[in-house]
Amino acid sequence: MSITSVQRGVRPTDIEDSPAGVNNFTIVAATVNGSGSQTANNCLLRALFKMGIPVSGKNIFPSNIQGLPTWFSIRASKDGFTARRETAEIVVALNRQTAAEDIAGVAPGGVVIYPTEWKLNEDRPDITYYSLPVQQMAKDSGASTEMRPYVANMVYVGALTELLGIEVEEIKAALSDHFHGKQKPIDLNFGVVQAAIDYTKQNITKRDPFRVERMNANTGKIIINGNSAGALGSVFGGFTVAAWYPITPSTSLVDALNDYAKKLRVDENGKATYAIIQAEDEIAAIGMVVGAGWAGARAMTSTSGPGISLMTEYAGYAYFTEIPAVIWDIMRMGPSTGLPTRVSQGDVLMAYYLGHGDTRQICLLPGSMEECFECGWTAFDLAERLQTPVFVLSDLDLGMNLWMSQPFAYPEKPMDRGKVLSAEDLNRLGGFHRYEDVDGDGIGYRTIPGTDHPLAAYFTRGSGHNKEAQYTERPDEWEENLARLARKHEFARTIMPKPVIDEVAGAEIAIIAYGSSDPGVVEARSMLAAKGVKTSYLRMRALPTTKEQREFADRYQRIYVVENNFDGQMCRILQSEEPEHATRFRSIAKCDGLPLTGRWIAQSILEQEQ
Amino acid sequence: MAIQEPPAQSTNLIGLTRADYKGRPSTLCKGCGHDSISARIISIAYDLSLKPSNVIKLSGIGCSSKTPAYFLNQSHGFNGLHGRMPSMATGATLANRDLLAIGVSGDGDTGSIGLGQFMHMVRRNVPVVYIIENNGVYGLTKGQFSATADEGQQLKYAGLNELPPIDLCHEAVINGCGFVARSFAGDPRQVEALLKAAISHRGTAVLDIISPCVSFNDNEDSTKSYSWGKQHEEVISDFTFIPFREEITVDYEEGTSTIVEMHDGSHIKLKKLDNNYDPTDKYAAMRLLETAHEKQEFITGLIYLNEGRPSLPELEKLPETPLVRLPEEKIRPSREALDALMRSMM
Repeated sequence: MSITSVQRGVRPTDIEDSPAGVNNFTIVAATVNGSGSQTANNCLLRALFKMGIPVSGKNIFPSNIQGLPTWFSIRASKDGFTARRETAEIVVALNRQTAAEDIAGVAPGGVVIYPTEWKLNEDRPDITYYSLPVQQMAKDSGASTEMRPYVANMVYVGALTELLGIEVEEIKAALSDHFHGKQKPIDLNFGVVQAAIDYTKQNITKRDPFRVERMNANTGKIIINGNSAGALGSVFGGFTVAAWYPITPSTSLVDALNDYAKKLRVDENGKATYAIIQAEDEIAAIGMVVGAGWAGARAMTSTSGPGISLMTEYAGYAYFTEIPAVIWDIMRMGPSTGLPTRVSQGDVLMAYYLGHGDTRQICLLPGSMEECFECGWTAFDLAERLQTPVFVLSDLDLGMNLWMSQPFAYPEKPMDRGKVLSAEDLNRLGGFHRYEDVDGDGIGYRTIPGTDHPLAAYFTRGSGHNKEAQYTERPDEWEENLARLARKHEFARTIMPKPVIDEVAGAEIAIIAYGSSDPGVVEARSMLAAKGVKTSYLRMRALPTTKEQREFADRYQRIYVVENNFDGQMCRILQSEEPEHATRFRSIAKCDGLPLTGRWIAQSILEQEQ
Repeated sequence: MAIQEPPAQSTNLIGLTRADYKGRPSTLCKGCGHDSISARIISIAYDLSLKPSNVIKLSGIGCSSKTPAYFLNQSHGFNGLHGRMPSMATGATLANRDLLAIGVSGDGDTGSIGLGQFMHMVRRNVPVVYIIENNGVYGLTKGQFSATADEGQQLKYAGLNELPPIDLCHEAVINGCGFVARSFAGDPRQVEALLKAAISHRGTAVLDIISPCVSFNDNEDSTKSYSWGKQHEEVISDFTFIPFREEITVDYEEGTSTIVEMHDGSHIKLKKLDNNYDPTDKYAAMRLLETAHEKQEFITGLIYLNEGRPSLPELEKLPETPLVRLPEEKIRPSREALDALMRSMM
């Protein structure tokens, strides 16, 4: 299927996709995976960004290195909406295989750009066709035979630059940025862009309404993906050991971690203040993280659903032995192998209860680039404060797609290393019990191996243990331990990031969402408001929930829990967390591999309301 | 009448008594080979004046994995997951390269679920003394064959073992392990000598110690029994361990002995036996193990020694200061660094 074809077959709707116009449209470039279209797409996106126009980019790509179809959508939105749209006004058809479907999916009144060499029947009267001799221009560029398919993509950059009125200087700057100032590739690629501009000027008469105008909406903003943001946050969070195993879509988080750490975390003697280990599998990766956390390091891993499955046993071990660990789950489609290159929020239920026996894990739910960065360091603070694994549930849409953001704020608090006793503390106290709840928050004191004191040592085991950390099978001690862990979980509620709440006067209904569902909800609320439906909104940022969430639910009779999975997993969690509100929560869930659109969310809510 | 002072308890170089190295009482079966290995660990830790707070005791799951609770009470330790102590050991030793890691595993823990992690630990040269208390049988689950049981062995409930054994020393040598030894729990002198040498080794040191299971696998015809071990043990090499703080004063006979310097400055004096075996020759080690397997010989001693490979913390170019001791300013880059990066993304 083509992503531009989603709109076909949709039932008659009350809600329409947001209208298009100046600085307000979606471009979809349909290309073949591995043909180098990423350079062209990034270049266009960056040029629009630098022109001050709010923009976002989504790569809908196959699980493949070369040859399968891939779509990159660039949304320009003068109002700042960043969710996926169901319509595309401008389709660049460069993949012969999917061309028919891609062109069929163009919105009425839209535009298609395609290679003249295809000799297409331009049979849709409701759209505008432009063609350029893409292959000939790539040949004329002087590029070597193997480079031609790559530079061919620059033809559509040039055509769109001329047709939409993108500033040529910004295209040039974007290319320079992309190639890190290397003149040869810049010249080669810009040569093609210029040739395409010239060709368009001479041979094409513009017959469509889409164009761009410089705005001033992006001053001071950056553009980044969530995996880079999370990696950067981890570098500033003081990670010292990272262990991982390659898996889409989390690999780029560790790639970025490597890049940033090399630049920012090398000491004056050229020694790395960290270790990043590519493990033999996720089972070993989590073992290394737990071992490092046990020894006192800030340790992390990054994976996706199948990796979380493999990490389950050590995650349960770390929960029960109370060892800090940070686990990033860049969620993709499941069950099973699922769709590695498509998004979902399908690991929420699993992660929250990960482990056999009575287990409740701590989960952070970043919903923006700033929060991906923040989670990078707050996850360590929480893991060490609570002495437990912390799961950061990001996803493919946040992690791998490009988003505008405010620049990241430097951590304002010093690191929270939690309750750790030093040799001096032990002298003063005359000893300690590892799992004793001294402070009433369920969290015991720990010592770090290597602490130079005869009373520092304790023994860690996943089997039954009493407060002295000794093996026990006594029923009372077992229950006491579980009750303390439950107390710790309740204490966690008081320090988890609070939800972001926007209450509208007179709103009768509310929406709850989290993570990458946020941009769709933001747009849906605006669409609903236009229909006279007022909504309040709570965006979750963590599990367990804080008291603010319960208080919010007290105030609304109908609360739509919007999420990107099939079963409405968060809705189920909330129903069990707040049984008194169980009938108020209504699931709005969808799982087709693509980010939720504002139109679909608004429509779904409207249908339930009517 | 003068009051006689009680005899001073003997102490080692750091002023600790033998009792300071003990653990909690063992809950293993009376006569278990594992308990005698724990006793050897206590003994050498005292002899070498190991600082307990600088040692970590690691294990997985199984009878053998219970033993770290039975020695060195003043050292931190963990029971990890079945077969997955190596990954925790990897993380712990990266986090703190100053720690001396003593891992105890079994043939079930290492030879089955743990085989992958074992191989990758060896491949990475994680600095761990990795002891396999090998009895060819699963004790805690009452008598199933493990992957190291010899072909043709009989057990009461499990019946006949028709599969060939996995030789963990062989696996270690093939994978580039720089210290590979086999011993017998019934040979305390050799176990202690090997343990001392293993502690001085630069990376992973694998000690496969045949340690009879008195409850499920100690029949006379079992190759993992006390009686078999006592009757069939063939020592392939003899050596003397000379701690780094001692001078090499032992006789050094040209042509019959070799001195190998260990990473921590200790030395091993290898004495050639009649068989002329050279434990620094990898091909000889593999031939020895293969031949022993074919003839079902119980060879013990230092099988392979190579101090040349850097350990994982060295390979990772970690600072001398353990990562866990780096202060916040070393692991959180500056505000200016973040601001500069943000500007570059605008």
